[in-house]
Amino acid sequence: MTTGPALVSILRQGSYLIASTHTALDDSQMMRFQEDLIELIGRHRSRGVIIDVAALDVLDSFGSHTLRNIAEMARLRGALTVIVGIQPDVAFAMVQLGMGTGSVYTALDLEEGLAYLDSRVPKRPAARGEALVARG
Amino acid sequence: MDEDSTVTEEVSADFPTLDRQVEEQLLPQLVAHLREHRTKLRQDWASRIQKAHLLHAMTPQEMAAETTSVYDNYVEVLETGSVEALQHYARDLSERIIPRGVETHEVVGIVLLLRDVLARSLFEKYQRDFAMLNRVLDAYEPAANRIANTVAGSFVDERERVIRQQQDAIRELSTPVLPVRERLLILPIIGVLDTERARQLTEQLLTGIRTHRAKVVVIDITGAPDVDEAVAKHLVQTVDASRLMGASVIITGLSPEIAQTLVTIGVDLSKMNTIGDLQGGLEEAERLLGYSVTRQDGAAG
Repeated sequence: MTTGPALVSILRQGSYLIASTHTALDDSQMMRFQEDLIELIGRHRSRGVIIDVAALDVLDSFGSHTLRNIAEMARLRGALTVIVGIQPDVAFAMVQLGMGTGSVYTALDLEEGLAYLDSRVPKRPAARGEALVARG
Repeated sequence: MDEDSTVTEEVSADFPTLDRQVEEQLLPQLVAHLREHRTKLRQDWASRIQKAHLLHAMTPQEMAAETTSVYDNYVEVLETGSVEALQHYARDLSERIIPRGVETHEVVGIVLLLRDVLARSLFEKYQRDFAMLNRVLDAYEPAANRIANTVAGSFVDERERVIRQQQDAIRELSTPVLPVRERLLILPIIGVLDTERARQLTEQLLTGIRTHRAKVVVIDITGAPDVDEAVAKHLVQTVDASRLMGASVIITGLSPEIAQTLVTIGVDLSKMNTIGDLQGGLEEAERLLGYSVTRQDGAAG
């Protein structure tokens, strides 16, 4: 498996990972993004993940399904996930097609996402159980 | 075109004694007659309008002025056969009289009265020569009907234009998105929510959330008299989409009727945060955002 994805940058910011998509992803790119991210959570012992989809002007059902899966996998690996930057058109299209983000928390932008994680993720790594309880 | 010539042919066949030239002169002759008796015919017409209780909205002076110009326009159309000038005049007239509450039946009524007044004067003039009267009426009736059509059409067009204009104005004003505090928006909805307005509301709300970086939105529907199933579903979707953008929505002012409708038609509102009135909604929004509003001791009010 290769690390360092081409279309999604995953940056470490303290105990969080920030993943920004730069362009629309096809199914295989989406899967690669999922693998990379889940792997990195463990490597960096991250407690929170922010997925920024502001650059996407369309999000298909596979995409939103994968995002839900990523959040659930991240939770199993001990990190809380926030999806940020869903555009108005994308948001309404998703709702109309009946593909929400499930129980995954969403926020307006990166700043909001960070604020949310700060409020929900305990500072001490010992309190790992907190993150399990604290999802949306 | 072909039809017209066939009609003329048939007419000539019925009256072989008259030649074509006479026939072509009929209309000018008719116009000359109407011009000659203009004052009397116009007065006849005006008094019949009064008797029929039409055009209450106008003063006698206005009525005199308008009837004169309608009469002249009418005769002109008979003469030239072109309704363009009349159309223009009728639209202009409609623009003036629609705001004063003149109804379609009144406009059609007065034009038909004029047609009848003129027809009677023709009967009177040609009563001794029945064949001639028939030919005159053949020339007169299609033109007169065309005039009635044109005037009624112009009036209705103008009315529709006014209605469309008002609809546009309402649409523009209909869904303001108002920031009341930092990160708090209010959307008051006044008037009937139809599908088009609901769509517009969603668009404005979602872009408003992004522009104002809103965390809480209060949608107040106190002013909405009714909501149908499609619109209710749309509202639910809008709330879900707002949540995807990180804003929570509070709906306030659900009237008893709307509450009953929504439950009866079975729209699932269990995930919606609803509060009785706008005041309560604002208080809840402030609580969510961490504001606390206190009144200073000794302040008036």
